[in-house]
Amino acid sequence: MAKVLLKDLNKFFDGNHVVKNVNLEIADREFVVLVGPSGCGKTTTLRMVAGLEEISSGDISIDGKVVNNLAPMDRDIAMVFQNYALYPHKNVYENMAFGLRMRKFEKAEIDKRVRHAADVLGIQALLERRPRQLSGGQRQRVALGRAIVRNPRVFLFDEPLSNLDAALRVQMRVELKRLHDRLETTAIYVTHDQVEAMTLGDRVVVMKDGVVQQQGAPLDLYENPANRFVAGFIGSPAMNFVPATVASGDALWIEAPGVRLRVPPAKTERLRSYAGRRVILGVRPEALRPANGTDSADYSFDSVVDVVEPLGSEILLNVRAGEAAIVARVDPATRVNVHEKVRLALDPARVHFFDASSEAAI
Amino acid sequence: MIEGARWKKWIWFYLPLGAFIVALLFPFYWMVVTTVRPDGELYRPWNHPLYSPFWTSHPTLDHVKNLVQETLFNTWMWNTMLIAAVATLISLFCGVIAGYALARLTFRWAGLLGTAIFVTYLVPQTLLFIPLAEIIRDYRIGDTPWALILTYPTFLIPFCTWLMMGYFKAIPKELEECARIDGAARWQAMVYIILPIAVPGILSAGIFAFTLSWNEFIYALVFLSSPEQKTVPVGVTSELIRGDVFFWGALMAGALIGSIPVAIVYSFFVEHYVAGMTGSVKG
Repeated sequence: MAKVLLKDLNKFFDGNHVVKNVNLEIADREFVVLVGPSGCGKTTTLRMVAGLEEISSGDISIDGKVVNNLAPMDRDIAMVFQNYALYPHKNVYENMAFGLRMRKFEKAEIDKRVRHAADVLGIQALLERRPRQLSGGQRQRVALGRAIVRNPRVFLFDEPLSNLDAALRVQMRVELKRLHDRLETTAIYVTHDQVEAMTLGDRVVVMKDGVVQQQGAPLDLYENPANRFVAGFIGSPAMNFVPATVASGDALWIEAPGVRLRVPPAKTERLRSYAGRRVILGVRPEALRPANGTDSADYSFDSVVDVVEPLGSEILLNVRAGEAAIVARVDPATRVNVHEKVRLALDPARVHFFDASSEAAI
Repeated sequence: MIEGARWKKWIWFYLPLGAFIVALLFPFYWMVVTTVRPDGELYRPWNHPLYSPFWTSHPTLDHVKNLVQETLFNTWMWNTMLIAAVATLISLFCGVIAGYALARLTFRWAGLLGTAIFVTYLVPQTLLFIPLAEIIRDYRIGDTPWALILTYPTFLIPFCTWLMMGYFKAIPKELEECARIDGAARWQAMVYIILPIAVPGILSAGIFAFTLSWNEFIYALVFLSSPEQKTVPVGVTSELIRGDVFFWGALMAGALIGSIPVAIVYSFFVEHYVAGMTGSVKG
């Protein structure tokens, strides 16, 4: 149970500025996910919270107390590492008990906590085994158990699922979420996988090049990305981006080779000052569908099918419209062939525009 | 494995293997044969009708008896054992700590220091014994076991440090970080987590250091003079070669018995030793 506050956090590594002025307020019991491509500073930020990296400038406080100079052991946190970091010479029981032994807990209490955690995670049968005798998923559980027994104020997760195979990852993701609901402990979770970020986080913090790009509820990030990077990073398949020019006339139009669309009324006001300038049009694949007779020509365009990827539940159409390569996520009943012409309609309420130079959302 | 006809396997695998084994074990065999061969056979000229260099029909333990009763061989064994053990312990202790520091603590010049330590290992003993002799004279520890116990670490510590440094680097640092988050201070993380994992590495370093000090010759030859202070390699060669007379039987008996402790140490730890050499810490 703890609030975590990151204030103007900076980190320099050999003259490289890897974390830049990160400000983050994490509420008690909140599950916050730091997400971004590798090298974006998310792991470094987490390690600073853990006390494993020194802070170049700024403050980290847990429950109002600045912990900048506190050793990791005194911060009352638990961390799950990407490679699990299980002690290879200790069995599962001793792996989980180590933290408690170091903190001089009584034997009976240690036993109670370890067995309880093993119950919660379903690893009672593995307590006598060594880490090398465990599968990836089991190791993952032991690593979680080792964090749970301590009953820490904050859980830190450093890409805990990235060493698992795809099926297991999905399963552990669900378990992690259930576990967090049950334990009600503040958690900071680092991942490069936007699906994990979206599904696990109460709040998602997107980072790039050491800078927080945007933070908010997962769906808020999805629907209202603050800039082109966030728009492209969140969501799979990624948002389509088409460089275009804003043309004014009777109404505002957006023009790219082979594509001419009307600027939706809701965006007209904000785009007016961009008349004659270049912007980036952003459309999510799911905001596109094959046009039918009733669709307005203002919000549809012609394209040629390049690749068809049937996924069963949906079809991903890779099309070319003018110079732009666009992915549309369409109904599985859609019948189209490669090289066929198809007219795509878009949902005017779900169109995004980004400044061509700053890449910020307009 | 080589596929194909059986004769191919013989030519490409068993034959070379056999040659290799013979080449490796022949000196040892020669040592054994010479040890148990009576003097009469030993000094028989090559053109004698009964000349048989590779075996003996009248094995005897006379040479061993001579060695043990008429020389200070037992004292030499004891000296060697004591010196090798103490020098190994000192070097291992320093090597483990220094190796850990160089592998884990990121301080200025850490890389340079590591290289510098390695370079000292490369200075040949045949040069280093000259300044060392002066130091030993100044501290008046010549002709005592201390002369060797304190000089052997000059080449053992760099060796142990370097070996342990590599081993520590192979241990994921997350283990230690996790221990520190779990509530261990740095030294506790080292003692409870890192050292137990590094046992194979420590054993290999120990075996190597022990063997090196057991076989060491030059320092022992230079720094010790009285017969009762000598180690096995020096004692055997200086007391059993008188002028140009080689007491081959006793010499070989000394070499044979002297090599046994090392062989025992090796075979005892061989599994750990191999693990240490291949340096695997599988999670």
